[in-house]
Amino acid sequence: MEVAAAPLSLESQAGSVAEAPARDDGCAVAPAARPVLRERGQREVFCGLTGIIWLHRKIQDAFFIIVGSRTCAHLMQSAAGVMAFAEPRFATAIIEDRDLAGLADANDELDKVVDRLLARRPDVKAVFLVGSCPSEVIKLDLSRAAQRLSARHMPNVRVLAYSGSGIETTFTQGEDACLTALVRDMPVAPADAPPSLLVLGALPDVVEDQFKRTFDALGIGPVAFLPARRARDLPAVGPNTRLLLAQPFLADTVRALEDRGATRIDALFPFGAEGTSAWFEAAAAEFGIAPAHVETVLAPGRDRARRALEPARRQLEGKSIFFFPDSQLEPPLARFLSRELGMRPIEVGTPYLHGTHLARDLALLPAETRLSEGQDVERQLDRCRAAAPDLVVCGLGLANPLEAEGLTTKWAIELVFSPIHGFEQAADLAGLFARPLARRGLLKV
Amino acid sequence: MQLAMWTYEGPPHVGALRVATGMRGLHYVLHAPQGDTYADLLFTMIERRNARPPVTYTTFQARDLGGDTAGLFKQAAHDAYARFKPEAIIVGASCTAELLQDDPGGLARALDLPVPVIPLDLPSYQKKESWGASETFLALVRALADRSLTPPPREGRRLTCNLLGPTALGFRHRDDVAEITRLLSELGVDVAITAPMGASPRDLVRLGAADFNVVLYPETGEAAARWLEKTFSQPAVRIPPIGHGATCDFVRAVAAITGADADAFLAGPRARLPWYSRSVDSTYLTGKRVFVYGDATHAIAMARVAVEELGFELVGLGAYNREFAREVRVAAERYGLTALITDDHMDVEAAIAELQPELVLGTQMERHIAKRLRIPCAVISAPVHVQDFPARYSPVMGFEGANVLFDTLVHPLVMGLEEHLLAMFRDDFEFHDGAGPSHLAALTPSTAAHAAAPAHTPDAAPVADDAAPHAPPANDAIVWTAPAEKELAKIPFFVRGKARRNTERYAAERGLASIDVETLYDAKAHFAR
Repeated sequence: MEVAAAPLSLESQAGSVAEAPARDDGCAVAPAARPVLRERGQREVFCGLTGIIWLHRKIQDAFFIIVGSRTCAHLMQSAAGVMAFAEPRFATAIIEDRDLAGLADANDELDKVVDRLLARRPDVKAVFLVGSCPSEVIKLDLSRAAQRLSARHMPNVRVLAYSGSGIETTFTQGEDACLTALVRDMPVAPADAPPSLLVLGALPDVVEDQFKRTFDALGIGPVAFLPARRARDLPAVGPNTRLLLAQPFLADTVRALEDRGATRIDALFPFGAEGTSAWFEAAAAEFGIAPAHVETVLAPGRDRARRALEPARRQLEGKSIFFFPDSQLEPPLARFLSRELGMRPIEVGTPYLHGTHLARDLALLPAETRLSEGQDVERQLDRCRAAAPDLVVCGLGLANPLEAEGLTTKWAIELVFSPIHGFEQAADLAGLFARPLARRGLLKV
Repeated sequence: MQLAMWTYEGPPHVGALRVATGMRGLHYVLHAPQGDTYADLLFTMIERRNARPPVTYTTFQARDLGGDTAGLFKQAAHDAYARFKPEAIIVGASCTAELLQDDPGGLARALDLPVPVIPLDLPSYQKKESWGASETFLALVRALADRSLTPPPREGRRLTCNLLGPTALGFRHRDDVAEITRLLSELGVDVAITAPMGASPRDLVRLGAADFNVVLYPETGEAAARWLEKTFSQPAVRIPPIGHGATCDFVRAVAAITGADADAFLAGPRARLPWYSRSVDSTYLTGKRVFVYGDATHAIAMARVAVEELGFELVGLGAYNREFAREVRVAAERYGLTALITDDHMDVEAAIAELQPELVLGTQMERHIAKRLRIPCAVISAPVHVQDFPARYSPVMGFEGANVLFDTLVHPLVMGLEEHLLAMFRDDFEFHDGAGPSHLAALTPSTAAHAAAPAHTPDAAPVADDAAPHAPPANDAIVWTAPAEKELAKIPFFVRGKARRNTERYAAERGLASIDVETLYDAKAHFAR
């Protein structure tokens, strides 16, 4: 389809245009002064509570108690289909009228809920009290509740708190808030500790294991992952801790770790052959590994990824794509699709654009790609229809209606719930974008 | 503060959304924070609707709280009208916005929009989804129905009725409406307005012009029907036509209003269910112990179908919507039971584990419970799942609905002679009860564990809490001898749990310390029905 990106008529939009935040790390990539369309209005995105869906599978000894309303409980079961689990390790403490009458009551109620849960689930070693919109609005202090409950249940059970409320967090920002809470409990690494690497962001176990093997082969170590599979396995953090982001949505986690002396390694995000290569190379450079050795270790995986991407490239090359905001993964994914598969990103929407962490990825996006942050879904739908992209990446609420209008869509949520990082998953990631188009070609109905 | 792993009903504003989404030409402006838009996917994914629900969410954020959330609401309502040009607007608050006390009704009225604006007052911390739908529909009817209307003179025309209650995301509402519309037509009655689903605000204006009302779903339609009865003196038919007997009763109730000859109408064969149930192949259904749970309307109706039309024995009856607890209790008493009124699925699971029925008729949650307890199950009630919107025509109301129910209730069971063969050759290495009914796909916990919505968890690795079935604890005090344990294993799995419990109860009542083969058969004789 030969539809170029719709011309930016930014003045007519409600949103404001601003320069992307200035880069602050003085790296070699030329900083592109790229306009960002910032909008606010109706957002068709999940709140941060939904992060619990993958966090409770990742952190296997943790239980998540949402302190919220019936809406929160309904959201979780609708978004996650929790009936798949006999008894999931998350639940909602539903605030009722009588809890709203007085906060002291709410705290007593919460203590009772936690006590009952721990009596029934002795396997649980960490409890997260997760704030919601209503708990934030009535100013229920969950941090204090967590301290009180921790004092009561330590050393058996650690109780932590964070907010996944929709008034503060969008979808993946819930994980950011959860990890930030964990950072507070991380032990202090001494100033003379040897350099260590901390990889940030929940990864499927298979990917984590692959990455661990590659770091071993490169000679980088010790390596820890946050979150770990056990909530109690928290690595120490100090001035010799180096941070490598596997996910782009961890602004607060990084800030909390930097406050404790850790430093972030600037890198592309590990999507595709190019991104994964650059990600490992950046870490290797930080740890002073010889480039020749790095090349020896990475070349087989990178070549395998490139070969595996070929079929998808034949399907996707030249196709235009439009991202609605969802997970903050949009900019690095658009970079991958554009650079390695020849797709043409028309608009890359993201709930929140972290200019510094994403600087390298943003620099590699085509100049004509429109970046948008936040959302006014009606206006964005107007732009999407006008652009008539070959593929739309959007949430579950928009996908079928857009399909019915004749557009081809990819559910954004699958990008969060599938192993997509690293060399070995590069083709799987490409396949997620190729499949809707292939299906449309197959069907004769 | 109740800890809920799962809920049978959403918040009341989701009920309002089901009304708005079912209707045409209505728009809902909902004061709500980011994230509440998840409700859209209920309609676009589970029900596979091809359009977005007609709702605008104000999407306020933390930084707005100290500022002007009311202004945000007014802007959203203004923009929604300008963009969608609805015939009428409903306005309300979700749970968080309710705490802000911005008064969406007053704010919307101040905008002076050129269409009716109907405020909804749905207390999120007290009420639930069905109540929200019912209340929303009632508010719309009260606000829009033209009170000056009366039905035209009856002479020389067919009678008309309104079908009340169907909504978006309703359990089989789409096909029930088609089936009952056809049935009424055969009875000489034209459906004037089906509402909320399919109606526009303009349609609701004319509700008073129909001769009578039919309440298909009391959970969502009864409140409006009562108001219409009071306002227009419209009689209402209140028998949900679910099952053959109930459908016949429904026909008689309609005929009583229209003056048609119900007996003549019902004389011919209308459904296959009666013959299928009387045919000898169905003998094996006799006395199957069945547990029924769902919304009150479907649970009560299904209990009657199970007992009167399939010859099952009802061992439990319950519902999750307390608004209709009285009706469920009355129905349960008819079968000599105490109704289970709870919205905690753990209570339901405990009841099923205790009763060890041979068949469970329930919601998607009972399907999961039954799977864990290895009991056959059929889904007969909301909350809905993508599977409850089958591509084929599949009503549960009317005569075709009765046929559908025969299939639905019989299909999960081990069939006729197969059941006997399982009992005769219990140690057959291929044809053992662990293999399950031969006409059903082999189910293992991993392949059967489908999610309610199309989301996946990142790692499919089995973890401890996936497995743990909540098996009833065995009575510790009584020991089973090895031969008795072996004999018990020869009893087909679908009655084994019951046999174990009965035998233990029998032994306990007699103060026996151990159970041998003799005890097992003594107990069998004692509890023989």
